Amino acid sequence: MSESHSAYYVPAQSRWPIFASVALAFLGYGAATFINSLSGDTPASYGVFLLIAGMTLLTLILFGWFGNVITESRAGLYSGQLDRSFRIGMVWFIFSEVMFFAAFFGTLFYVRTLAVPWLGGEGDKGVSQMLWPQFTAAWPLMETPDNTLFPGPKATVSPWHIPLFNTMLLVSSSVTVTLAHHALLRNDRKRLKQWLAATIALGIIFIGFQAYEYAEAYHELGLTLNAGIYGATFFILTGFHGLHVTLGTLILFIILMRVMRGHFDPQKHFAFEAASWYWHFVDVVWVGLFLFVYVL
Amino acid sequence: MSAVGTEVDTHDDHHHGPARGIGRWLFTTNHKDIGTLYLFFSLIMFLIGGSMALLIRAELFQPGLQLIEPGFFNQMTTLHGLIMVFGAVMPAFVGLANWMIPIMIGAPDMALPRMNNWSFWILPFAFAMLLSSLFMEGGAPNFGWTFYAPLSTTYAPPSVTYFVFGVHMMGISSIMGAINIIATITNMRAPGMTWMKLPLFVWTWLITAFLLLAVMPVLAGVVTMVLTDVHFGTSFFNAAGGGDPVLFQHVFWFFGHPEVYIMILPAFGIVSHIIPTFARKPLFGYASMVYATASIAVLSFTVWAHHMFTVGIPLAGELFFMYATMAIAVPTGVKVFNWMATMWRGSITFETPMLFALAFVVLFTIGGLSGLMLAIAPSDFQYHDTYFVVAHFHYVLVPGAVFGIMAGVYFWLPKWTGHVLDERAGRRHFWLSFIGVNLTFFPMHFIGLAGMPRRIPDYALQFADFNMVASIGAFLFGFSQLLFVWNVISNIRKGRQATDQVWEGAQGLEWELSSPPPYHSFSEPPKVN
Repeated sequence: MSESHSAYYVPAQSRWPIFASVALAFLGYGAATFINSLSGDTPASYGVFLLIAGMTLLTLILFGWFGNVITESRAGLYSGQLDRSFRIGMVWFIFSEVMFFAAFFGTLFYVRTLAVPWLGGEGDKGVSQMLWPQFTAAWPLMETPDNTLFPGPKATVSPWHIPLFNTMLLVSSSVTVTLAHHALLRNDRKRLKQWLAATIALGIIFIGFQAYEYAEAYHELGLTLNAGIYGATFFILTGFHGLHVTLGTLILFIILMRVMRGHFDPQKHFAFEAASWYWHFVDVVWVGLFLFVYVL
Repeated sequence: MSAVGTEVDTHDDHHHGPARGIGRWLFTTNHKDIGTLYLFFSLIMFLIGGSMALLIRAELFQPGLQLIEPGFFNQMTTLHGLIMVFGAVMPAFVGLANWMIPIMIGAPDMALPRMNNWSFWILPFAFAMLLSSLFMEGGAPNFGWTFYAPLSTTYAPPSVTYFVFGVHMMGISSIMGAINIIATITNMRAPGMTWMKLPLFVWTWLITAFLLLAVMPVLAGVVTMVLTDVHFGTSFFNAAGGGDPVLFQHVFWFFGHPEVYIMILPAFGIVSHIIPTFARKPLFGYASMVYATASIAVLSFTVWAHHMFTVGIPLAGELFFMYATMAIAVPTGVKVFNWMATMWRGSITFETPMLFALAFVVLFTIGGLSGLMLAIAPSDFQYHDTYFVVAHFHYVLVPGAVFGIMAGVYFWLPKWTGHVLDERAGRRHFWLSFIGVNLTFFPMHFIGLAGMPRRIPDYALQFADFNMVASIGAFLFGFSQLLFVWNVISNIRKGRQATDQVWEGAQGLEWELSSPPPYHSFSEPPKVN
């Protein structure tokens, strides 16, 4: 509490939040209508348009909103205390993201250590074996209890090919983003751009390999969302991680654009740091995924 | 889009009053305006959710099916729960937080004012979407607010998809709100406002905000798994694919149990302000109150499976969750005894906020004790899914959380409006509510112990008398709330000018500001001794 309060910037009225709420409502309502129309529950065709409209609007609004914040920051309106508010906000946002993944990791652990063994007749609740007496518990679960409803995968993704390579990609991208940060602190703009660009490139290659792996899983391995609990946990964990890598890459790309425009200096560069924190978080989640989804 | 906010407003808004017209409310970044919006939204949701409860009680007035279809009855119990939890109780506490936290800690506003506005304005859209499901093919969600699989997956109506996205929107709103509160409390305290000088409402809200951040994402995770199970062929909650419907309950209650503390901890904070004020004594055991709140929060992550004793979990699990649940009685007991010790030999007066606070202490304790009965796994085998459970959680939520909110509103309303409270009107509302609430929920203990199952529109004849009493009580309680609406609105419109301190024994920064406080309080940080 070193700075005085009077310097704390309380923005004037803003139109962005209410518009963002409208956009989010379009997005949510559109997504639900669209997904329902896929299952043929409601034949409404406007869902997809509402969804696209919502996403487009939200993107535009976020550009404008963040644009406002950037202009205000560059106009020198933000005190050190406000900078701390942003930092606290970002840290706890990442914590909430960790808890989101924790729900899916918890699901994976529960299924592997309790639910599947019980279905196979082991342990305290092994009586549930009576539901499918021919079922044997195994992990990866290649034969589900009802293998016609949920046909198990023919094979699983080998951890030592693409996933291992992807691990190396993401771990080195954490290093490159740190090198970019060090370059920024030295005010070495050239290296900053190079390392940042390298990080983005690594992110894009990672996403490309993930997409390739998904295609292979679907077309050759029979590993799909429908392939029983192994497929379900595999795709929900890697899928949400992939979405986060995509988002992180976009954020880093915007940071690179800002670097190109001469933003950030060795003292003030919160947005850069927030983006790199987010990137490290995505990286750490991947290490967990690599261990618990692919290897073990 | 280009015309919107592209220029930078280089002066911060400190010396301005509120903007005019509807724009004031739509575009506001002022914590008081946003607090007011939250409170009115919550009041509207309370009345909508309450009407649904009255429809339920009207159907249950007599045995047999009289007014509504069983399917619609299920939609009502579901929406009543969802609206009261996410639309009434939680936003009311966020509204009180918005109004009071910056004032109590001497801050100019919330830490992130624009995001604050966004947190609020998501909610009306989310609830409009949820309520619109009433008019959809197949009706509104009918699987209970706990949306257990497979009711919410295999057997769900199409509106489950809208429910999922609605919950996502509420979650986004809550997470942003919690982040804002954490940033405000950790970063915006006036010089000298050290941690152990923080008012208890601020402390309880800080802890609540951490709970929100830890569990709202888990709720997002579980509704996402419901969505993929319904639409994308996954088998998280389907044993035929190797999943487990019990897994749903684990993930849900990992969210759900901390959620019930999210709905009660801020009320603990409010009561800890009101009792010292009207007992004219400082709060007994301030530090132990802080530690007790933190302990409750930590323990709340270790007790979730007490909601699942009868579902078939291993014996070791039953024992662990039984003892962990009972352990929560210790910090909660500390709080109740501290409130009593605060009143011991005080010069107590019984103004409306104090009446609600005292009713809170007594009736919440009843709800807590029935909770202890439910915590005992072998006994719970008898009580599970009966009206005893309904009685229990309504005792902690209605005369608990809702009375806490009403106590807080009556306590701070003169500060907000600058008008002295009409005590007669306040007391009338209190006594009618107090009688109504007990008439409604106390008989439910008896019919629950006798075996009446919850969430069923019909019942056996031997439960008829108590159900009739409960329904009469519910209508008494429900219609008494119109008095509350009346009291609030007439206080906003007129009344004698309140002093800065409002209540004789009131202490804290909020009572040093004028009544009503200026639009921007504390542009200069106050000095805290």
